[in-house]
Amino acid sequence: MRDITVSAAPPPPALADKLKFYGIWVGVALILLLLPKILSSGGSLTTFSLIGISIIFALSYNILLGQTGMLSFGHAVYYGLGGFLAIHAINFIVGHKFPIPLPLVPMIGGATGLFFAALIGWVSTQRSGTAFAMISLGLAELVASSALILRSFFGGEAGVSANRTKLLKVFDWNFGPQIQIYYLVAAWTLVAVIAMYALTRTPLGRMCNAVRDNPERVQFVGYDPHVIRYLAFCFAGFFAGIAGALAAINFEIANSAYLGAVQSGTVLFAAYIGGIGFFIGPIVGAIFVTFLSLGLSDVTPVWQLYFGLFFIAVVMFAPGGITGLLMMHRPLLKGGTMLRVLPSYAVALLPTLAMVIGLMLAIESTVHYTVNPSENPHIRAFGIPFNAASPLTWAAALALIVVGFALARLSWRRVGHAWDEALTTARQNGVAA
Amino acid sequence: MLELIVISTLNGVLYGMLLFLMASGLTVIFSMLGVLNFAHASFYMLGAFFGFQISRWVGFWPALLIAPLLAGAIGAAVERYGLRRVHKNGHVAELLFTFGLAFAIEEIVQIIWGKSPVDFRVPPLLDFPAFTIFSTNYPAFKMFMLLVSVAIFLGLLLALKKTRIGLIVQAALTHPHMVGHLGHNVGRIFMLVFGVGTALAAVAGVIAGPALVTQSNMAGLLGPILFVVVVVGGLGSLPGAFIASLLIGLLQTFAVSMNASLAGLLGPLSPDLAQSWLSDIWNVTIAQIAPIMPYLLLVLVLIFRPMGLLGTRDT
Amino acid sequence: MSGKEPNAIELRDVEKSFGITKVIQTINLKVAQGERHALIGPNGAGKSTTFNLISGYMKPTSGSIQLRGEEIAGLRPFQINRRGLSRSFQVTNVFGNMTVWENLRCAVLWATGQRYAFWKNIDKLPEVRERTARILEDIHLVGRRDVPAGLLTYAEQRALEIGITIAGGANVILLDEPTAGMSHAETERAVSLIRRLTEGRTLLIVEHDMSVVFGLADRISVLVYGQVIASGTPEEIRGNPKVKEAYLGEEAA
Repeated sequence: MRDITVSAAPPPPALADKLKFYGIWVGVALILLLLPKILSSGGSLTTFSLIGISIIFALSYNILLGQTGMLSFGHAVYYGLGGFLAIHAINFIVGHKFPIPLPLVPMIGGATGLFFAALIGWVSTQRSGTAFAMISLGLAELVASSALILRSFFGGEAGVSANRTKLLKVFDWNFGPQIQIYYLVAAWTLVAVIAMYALTRTPLGRMCNAVRDNPERVQFVGYDPHVIRYLAFCFAGFFAGIAGALAAINFEIANSAYLGAVQSGTVLFAAYIGGIGFFIGPIVGAIFVTFLSLGLSDVTPVWQLYFGLFFIAVVMFAPGGITGLLMMHRPLLKGGTMLRVLPSYAVALLPTLAMVIGLMLAIESTVHYTVNPSENPHIRAFGIPFNAASPLTWAAALALIVVGFALARLSWRRVGHAWDEALTTARQNGVAA
Repeated sequence: MLELIVISTLNGVLYGMLLFLMASGLTVIFSMLGVLNFAHASFYMLGAFFGFQISRWVGFWPALLIAPLLAGAIGAAVERYGLRRVHKNGHVAELLFTFGLAFAIEEIVQIIWGKSPVDFRVPPLLDFPAFTIFSTNYPAFKMFMLLVSVAIFLGLLLALKKTRIGLIVQAALTHPHMVGHLGHNVGRIFMLVFGVGTALAAVAGVIAGPALVTQSNMAGLLGPILFVVVVVGGLGSLPGAFIASLLIGLLQTFAVSMNASLAGLLGPLSPDLAQSWLSDIWNVTIAQIAPIMPYLLLVLVLIFRPMGLLGTRDT
Repeated sequence: MSGKEPNAIELRDVEKSFGITKVIQTINLKVAQGERHALIGPNGAGKSTTFNLISGYMKPTSGSIQLRGEEIAGLRPFQINRRGLSRSFQVTNVFGNMTVWENLRCAVLWATGQRYAFWKNIDKLPEVRERTARILEDIHLVGRRDVPAGLLTYAEQRALEIGITIAGGANVILLDEPTAGMSHAETERAVSLIRRLTEGRTLLIVEHDMSVVFGLADRISVLVYGQVIASGTPEEIRGNPKVKEAYLGEEAA
């Protein structure tokens, strides 16, 4: 009887799987260690630090949305409070000459996030679904508005600043140079990512998934969904607090924008665009969104509009996010039918691209007319010069949009067919093999 | 004092009715489609800006009609070509779609009309004081706003009780799960409800635009309050939304006119407190915390009535 | 009944109203320990509502509900579940995005004392692993272990539904129309499954298929218009004129 029972359970991971699993983590650690050797400019180090912070923040957000099914519009509250407390803590430690080094300060941010999540969470997690989403928004507004009233703690519009270099030194590091901050952020990112991954594989982590799928049934297997949501909320607050503290250390300042609606929206965008269905999704999203916002803001003044439209497109056409899109192809790769869909992708890409370019042309020309109509109409967008006043530009934009749309619709339908065929064949191959 | 009470009550009821103009559409859409339209306040903003632009071209009165129709048409199109597509991906995706939409609409408004307030004026026909209470001139336009919102409120009530669609909407409010059994024209009804709901929000925008500030951040400022209204009233409850609208309208208006603070009340008792970092809490006046009043109310309601004042439904 | 041993389930004067509509008119019901008890009655008689009241899904307007002598009326569903009562649903109610294995494992966790543990690796809990594997065996879904529950066939989902219900090791099992919508062969398999899995436990079952009811139940209660009009052995129920009139008569015709 016992033998049968054991064979019914999933087999324990083979040695090769284990090696692969730990190999990935070791590989990531090595990459983090060596990255500054390859790209060592100050700009890229700052970018990497921002990405690390954003990864922790987005993953903490996904504990709510992806793991437990709670859509929050106010996650920045815990990030921001973590940041403020970290700044105050640095000032306090420096002022009292406590022997606490900077690398421990994010823990204070985490504790702050945890504290406020524990405080606010109990009432807000009573409800799930849409009600929870609206409550999170209302409470975020409450905290953000209060921050402007409590000026001596939050520093009003200007915020509160600190000097991160005056704390106890670790191995002669005073954390002035960006490279030292990079390593600080990288270490914390690695630790936080591992911790959050481990969390998904605990009894609580699995029950979070159960609450996401079916909160009603959870009650009938002995669990209180409210408690599960609450604990998930506390963990999310804790890791958000760490991210906020790291951000505060990185900029040496915390201001009310940290806990505002824009910050809450950004983390939601990052997690969703990356893909909330996979653990790695928010990581991909954080990297992508950080690069996108840094890159786009250089080439066009209305980058936020593109950002919003891109998000809408993801929600409409790729609800699994970038990771979801990539993972869709796994059965095709395994079944060896990947090559059948690639040509149809290539065909569909052309009109889609044309439509997007037409749209961008129209947007940029409109921007020229409304923002600075008196200036020279020969403008540049994305580094490409064109004449916003010329009827030719407008005609081209219109033609690109209309023709592109019509052809794109047709070709994506064909992608659908090719896809279905490829999947069916892949499944048959799988069965045969 | 009496003057303050009368004026504040008038203003509070007016603000509350404006809120309800939006909250009613939001509630009906939520009950029928199961999705809370995050972009609802954006349609209010679109109404204000359309109203501003159209009144420049052809005057305020045509704008009062055309702007809501235009916004409603956009709303209907959003439902037909956007929401309906996203529907199969679940409620979270629907809510996120409207969230992205709100974000995009704000950006578009900023591109077209800029970030600073536009000069949306009260039409000359109504630019006079309606009456004078004590020493305050009460503007005629505000009375007009009140009239319009009350008229629409009554019209809605009538439509809800007397028309076929109204009966369907009523059924949806009480039995949301039955909406799926409406039959083949369910799509058209959804589109209509969404269009009318967003048009109502736009009406609120056109009439509020000249009295308040017409600016690209107006949706962002009002949106959260609107969602507090529907949660406090109880998600999916129309009477609840009505009560919560008036409650928040009055609460905020009265708070704005009060200058009391803890320091003023208890100040002489312990002057030490005024020195510590608690001084902010000590010295803040009720008027200063008026903006956070709705959220404080939300917290209270959540603690004592998690389902909202008249709510019965989870999610 | 027999001796001092309390009944597994006992409902005394339980009423339930929705607004002004009384759905349950003073229901009285006793289910002895170890008994297989079927609850039958025409559509709308209040069978599902009775289940909802016992399992804590709804609160009774008045009356007393006891589980092995302990009052449970008004308790939350998870509190009742922790006291040893588990129910299934008429409409399949599983964790759709999770695999069969994970579905069953979630149902085992509380019973094995894991509570809300966030410091243990779930794959390294031998007791959880073994119990989950045993249930998986019992419901014959070993081959579908790693399939998301949402992709199972209807009959497989119903089996999983029963598996989740019994996984926690509850002593009192409530099954709400476990064979609804199944073919003849599937029904037969489901009945033998239920018979085997509820061995030594108390079973209260709502069922429309009379062959299932009379084949499985030790005792039967008949619910009509929110009231138990008869309660007895299958033979007694078969011979009861009131039942014939209210229910079996139209069924036989």
